[in-house]
Amino acid sequence: MIDALLHYPFMQRAFIAGLLAAVACGIIGTYVVVKRMVSISGGISHASFGGIGIGYYLAQYISWMTPLYGALIFTPLAALVMGIFVKRTHVAEDTAIGIIWAVGMALGLTFIGLTPGYTPDLFSYLFGNILFVTNSDLITMAALDAIIIVFVLALYKELLAISFDQEFGTAMGLPTERLYLMLLCLIALTVVLLMRFVGIILIIALLTIPTATARQHTHSLKKMMMLSILFGIASVIGGLRLSYEIDIHTGSGAMIILFSAVIFLISTVLTRFCHRRHLDIEVPAE
Amino acid sequence: MVEEVVKLNNVWVQYDGTPILEDISLSIRKDDFLGLIGPNGGGKTTLLKLMLGLVSPSRGQVTILGQSPEAGRKKVGYVPQHSLFDRDFPINVLEVVLTGRLSRTRPFNWYSKADRRAATEALQSVDMLDFKDRQIGMLSGGQQQRVFVARALVSDPRLLLLDEPMSNVDTPMQAEFYELLERLNKHMPIVLVSHDISAVSVYVNKIACLNRRLYYHESKELTPEDMEAAYQCPIQMIAHGVPHSVLKEHTHE
Repeated sequence: MIDALLHYPFMQRAFIAGLLAAVACGIIGTYVVVKRMVSISGGISHASFGGIGIGYYLAQYISWMTPLYGALIFTPLAALVMGIFVKRTHVAEDTAIGIIWAVGMALGLTFIGLTPGYTPDLFSYLFGNILFVTNSDLITMAALDAIIIVFVLALYKELLAISFDQEFGTAMGLPTERLYLMLLCLIALTVVLLMRFVGIILIIALLTIPTATARQHTHSLKKMMMLSILFGIASVIGGLRLSYEIDIHTGSGAMIILFSAVIFLISTVLTRFCHRRHLDIEVPAE
Repeated sequence: MVEEVVKLNNVWVQYDGTPILEDISLSIRKDDFLGLIGPNGGGKTTLLKLMLGLVSPSRGQVTILGQSPEAGRKKVGYVPQHSLFDRDFPINVLEVVLTGRLSRTRPFNWYSKADRRAATEALQSVDMLDFKDRQIGMLSGGQQQRVFVARALVSDPRLLLLDEPMSNVDTPMQAEFYELLERLNKHMPIVLVSHDISAVSVYVNKIACLNRRLYYHESKELTPEDMEAAYQCPIQMIAHGVPHSVLKEHTHE
């Protein structure tokens, strides 16, 4: 694989894309897991398909428009609508998620149907394809990573506070609802960032598995983010190598996720084996 | 003159047209340790939220240290009811206490040395400094409650509000916890919400009963009529097990 990395630009791009994806996943995935936002993130990632469809459709009329930019504009909006639905109406959270999830996908299919001609790389948005990652995709991914890092650095203590105890955060005068909506937008940006890489169907796995693994090894949010990034990078390297060796480039996203699942499994077995005695002593009986 | 820390003047609160609190007038003074009892759904938590500026009155006026509740909030320490929190949450004791400084920090800044010093002192004052690096879920219910009190104290408050703080505390630990509150009461007034009348009455110096309306005589006594009106059931049922210091002695006794 080192040879391939040196010789094929597409492998280099895939590798860089993987690193950029792992950073976003590690940071945002940590909030998704500890704040129990896995299903809302699943909803956001599927709803993003609406943006892809709109992007295809508008590309006929607007020269700079691409499905990715369509998703970049549409996904945060869908996330905001979902968040406001959940916070301001009496609609139950899982109902709101179900609605936006399906409506987003239906919008995507409709606009793709309205677009004349064949949409060759549609499959790659659903399942990801590293062969399709372009240099401009890499720049977009790096920019989104930068946005995510800036926001999380700026609001780290506020986000930690509302994730742990929203009511106390409100009592401290924090704008908890705005922070929650902002977090949903950051999840939306992460979804867009990961879209080219693993595809919208598999995004939820990369947002949860590396973090779930990290959680078994630390009780600190900061360390959890860093460990998640490391586990993410390990999954990317392992998955890319595996897909290269067995020559299924189109399934590289799937390979990365299966590889991260194997790491999670090994970690689970190891922690249960090594920490059992330690946990028995430390956790007070309720 | 005794300083008035909290003043409520004929305050009403409504949700969707339904009155939650009716015509509440209440003064809390510097040395008060007020036990606030009453049936579930009687508005006890709402009354605390009123003092924190999290609920606005539909009529009447709330003053905290001579200011509006929103402005006075920085000087109020709050221990919310804690039935639901994720025991697995990746946060340690010191980080929990530091969140109590958020009302005086800004986004884009990390906690300062002064914030950390205040957190250390607050943990010291509740005897939990040795546990500062522990993950919060690893502590017992009573220890967790002490940490939440430290989180309320870290902003150097002039008033302490506690909502059902004993719900997670094992019975043997409760006396110790009340003693901690008695100690804190030397520096600030405390309002303690509880549905457990008998436990509260031993430690507090004032007691009030709330069920939409407030029954309060600025003393540690409630009349049987108050209790009957608030709980809407015969007094014997409530008076059972209640120390006589709370209820005025019945004439036939």
